[in-house]
Amino acid sequence: MPLELWLAGVVMVSLNLYALGAGADFGGGVWDMLARGPRERAQRETIAHAIGPIWEANHVWLILVIVLLFVAFPVAFAALATALHIPLTLMLIGIVLRGSAFTFRGYGGQDDAVQRRWGRTFAMASVVTPLMLGVCAGAVASGAIRMRGGRVVTDFVSAWLAPFPLSIGLFTLALFAFLAAVYLTLETEDRPLQDDFRRRALLAALAVGAMALVCFLLSSSGAPSIRRGLAREWWSLPFQAVTGLVAAGAIGALWTRRFPLARVLAMAQVTLVLWGWGLAQFPYLIEPDLTFEAAAAPATVLRPLLAALGAGAVVAGPSLLYLYRVFKAR
Amino acid sequence: MSDLFAARSQMAMSLAFHIVFASAGIAMPVLMAVAEALWLRQGDEAGRALARRWAKGTAILFAVGAVSGTVLSFELGLLWPAFMAFAGPVFGMPFALEGFAFFVEAIFLGVYLYGWDRVSPRAHWLAGAMVALSGTLSGIFVVIANAWMNTPAGFRLEGGRVVEVEPLAAMANSAALSEALHMTLAAFAAVGFAVAAIHAHRLRREPRNLFHRRAVAIALTVGGTAALLQPLSGDLSARVVARSQPAKLAALEGQFETERGAPLRIGGWPDEAARRTRYAVEIPYGLSLLAFHDPHAEVRGLDEFARADRPPVAVVHVAFQVMVACGAAMALTALVGAGLFLRRRRLPDAAWYLRLVTLTGPLGFVAMEAGWTVTEVGRQPWIVQGVMRTSEAVTPMPHLAFPFVSFTILYLFLAAVVIVLLRRQVFASPRLGADAAAEKG
Ligand code: HDD
Ligand code: HEM
Ligand code: HEM
Repeated sequence: MPLELWLAGVVMVSLNLYALGAGADFGGGVWDMLARGPRERAQRETIAHAIGPIWEANHVWLILVIVLLFVAFPVAFAALATALHIPLTLMLIGIVLRGSAFTFRGYGGQDDAVQRRWGRTFAMASVVTPLMLGVCAGAVASGAIRMRGGRVVTDFVSAWLAPFPLSIGLFTLALFAFLAAVYLTLETEDRPLQDDFRRRALLAALAVGAMALVCFLLSSSGAPSIRRGLAREWWSLPFQAVTGLVAAGAIGALWTRRFPLARVLAMAQVTLVLWGWGLAQFPYLIEPDLTFEAAAAPATVLRPLLAALGAGAVVAGPSLLYLYRVFKAR
Repeated sequence: MSDLFAARSQMAMSLAFHIVFASAGIAMPVLMAVAEALWLRQGDEAGRALARRWAKGTAILFAVGAVSGTVLSFELGLLWPAFMAFAGPVFGMPFALEGFAFFVEAIFLGVYLYGWDRVSPRAHWLAGAMVALSGTLSGIFVVIANAWMNTPAGFRLEGGRVVEVEPLAAMANSAALSEALHMTLAAFAAVGFAVAAIHAHRLRREPRNLFHRRAVAIALTVGGTAALLQPLSGDLSARVVARSQPAKLAALEGQFETERGAPLRIGGWPDEAARRTRYAVEIPYGLSLLAFHDPHAEVRGLDEFARADRPPVAVVHVAFQVMVACGAAMALTALVGAGLFLRRRRLPDAAWYLRLVTLTGPLGFVAMEAGWTVTEVGRQPWIVQGVMRTSEAVTPMPHLAFPFVSFTILYLFLAAVVIVLLRRQVFASPRLGADAAAEKG
């Protein structure tokens, strides 16, 4: 396998882990905003408790994605940062406000007004960030970012401010909220509280399904080449069937209160969606003008980079497992 | 405001903000580990209360450091896409290594902050030590990347294209060692002095408070040691600059003419129109001696460089004077403290000395901001010294004043909140015993 494909794989794995970890942390923010009913306070506390120790570690996956892009696929990094300047900036503001508001709320004393103010900021930022992340992904997939001679030739707005990227943004938001609600069923032993999260997970699953349909309908005009790619490839039908089955399975497991199973299936669902996108778009990093191969840095860079990633994984991997063992033993 | 100027201002503002929190991320874990070790080994209650208290502050500072660092990683592309397309593969390796240091840091900080009652005391202490180690390493890696911008290495240019890229040779560039050393010491000096100052201020009011006594002792030992070493490390930095960036050295010193046996200028104002530095105290042969260790060495002046290749002289010169003055004041304070300690074998707690420590408290951060101004503005007009100009690197995106102003407002707001929270949560004096019980709950 060519070197750049290994790196593309690492980027996808990192993005995948970011979605499974930080994605759920953002989803937690959504449920913080929508906390209702007699157990409103308990819901918020469970969410804060679940996110607290792990959000910073989850967040580092995004940094790894960025760094890998600019070291291994520098032309693509420059092009994305140029064409998506505005949604990326909005996403950054969301990231800054989410992280700091969450921490400020945790350490800001028990004053109710203060708590509520930071809580609201935290929750709003948790909506903006996944939305913008999805918009950026949708813009990349749509084929609207055009390049010539290694430079972006489209304007700074039209590629992302369009129905298809926006619907992908909402889809991402729904997916993260679903993931969070499923995880949260395992963060408490209190049966009514568990039911709150179970109900939310089921509702979110409906939203995910609805948004998936909207994205699919919009893709014929919004992302034609991906749509064509998906229709033509031999693997695409079985792949979509498996994704659908897993999604249905997750709902079934929630319905029958098999929460650990629901968690596994929800994680598999998010993973399949992400890789489905990646495979449908392959060999393009940015549809339709930049392939992974054309964007790749020279082999003298990629080889030591892969070695560094391997060495880093030896250190970070066990540490990450330790963190999850200490705080997420169930 | 031109777009280039807005981009430069946004980069400078984001870095100047991040560096404060990043320094805390490097040095605070060391202070906490020392305090916790006092408790583990000697059963010192004050050590335990301190570690808990400092951990609260560190949690706040670290979160802001992490999010502002994320902003920086994106800004490299948002503001300087042409630079990253060219330089990413060459100088990116330390950023990739830094990524793993971040993982280790964030993971063990999580264990440290939330694991007081979940892991054994030893494991808890080790988690703190891991945070300290990986924090220091992240600082070193990113500064190596910055050093590459000053002394690029590890590639060749062939008709405008980079060839023969060797990331490891790029990491081993000639400024890497001196910059990494100087920055690491700076983090310990600045944070040590700032923390010592806050607790010294309280200790003056409550001379018997054991909590503040321990805090001053730990912070002053760490900060003072670094401050004493800093002028030596600064000398090394200056000699590297003299060899590799002569225009920066000339700007730093306000040296307009090429000269043998050049004097060291203290203070003064470089007058670019008149091409001389006015009102400076001049020490004959000083500059040649310091920069090249030879009183008759030739120092190249700014006149040798085309106007378009010169950095803004006044900013760089004044910033350099500020850094050195702060460094001298801090080193002297540390020296006096060490003298008092050696004579009486106890914490130097005379009211006048505590007041001195309080006054020098902010100087480390002032020196750090000034030092980065020297490094970064002194490199202008180059983004990569001698290879790529800042103006060639900037994004084609228009209206850059808009994100600059937005991020500035956002960061000012965050800074204000952090100050309020630290005052309320961290600086207040606890009563030992009662406090330890309260902190547990
Ligand atoms: C606590 C902070 C602090 C203190 C007390 C000093 N410095 Fe410094 N200095 C820094 C913090 C700093 C810094 C902010 O960390 C810089 C910016 C880049 C770097 O590597 O360190 C720096 C850069 C820097 C440079 C430019 C390096 C370059 O452009 O590559 C020189 C020549 C010196 N310093 C020299 C000194 C001298 C002679 C000092 C004498 C006391 C001194 N510094 C004290
Ligand atoms: C170690 C990591 C750092 C890297 C990789 C880095 C990189 C950069 C880049 C890419 C620019 C924009 C291009 C240019 O103007 O040359 C810049 C400018 C600047 N940076 Fe840094 N920087 C680092 C650390 C810092 C820190 C900690 C400060 C703190 C104050 C700082 C202060 C500035 C300033 C003042 C400018 C504007 C210079 C000018 O345009 O006149 N830098 N830096
Ligand atoms: C262009 C320059 C820089 C970039 C792109 C950058 C990037 C980052 C990022 C992404 C993080 C967050 C990591 C996390 O989520 O845990 C971070 C934190 C950190 N940075 Fe920077 N950084 C830069 C400059 C610097 C400089 C000059 C130092 C100086 C020593 C530094 C030291 C640190 C440290 C120690 C941390 C972790 C502690 C904390 O979050 O407070 N960085 N940086």
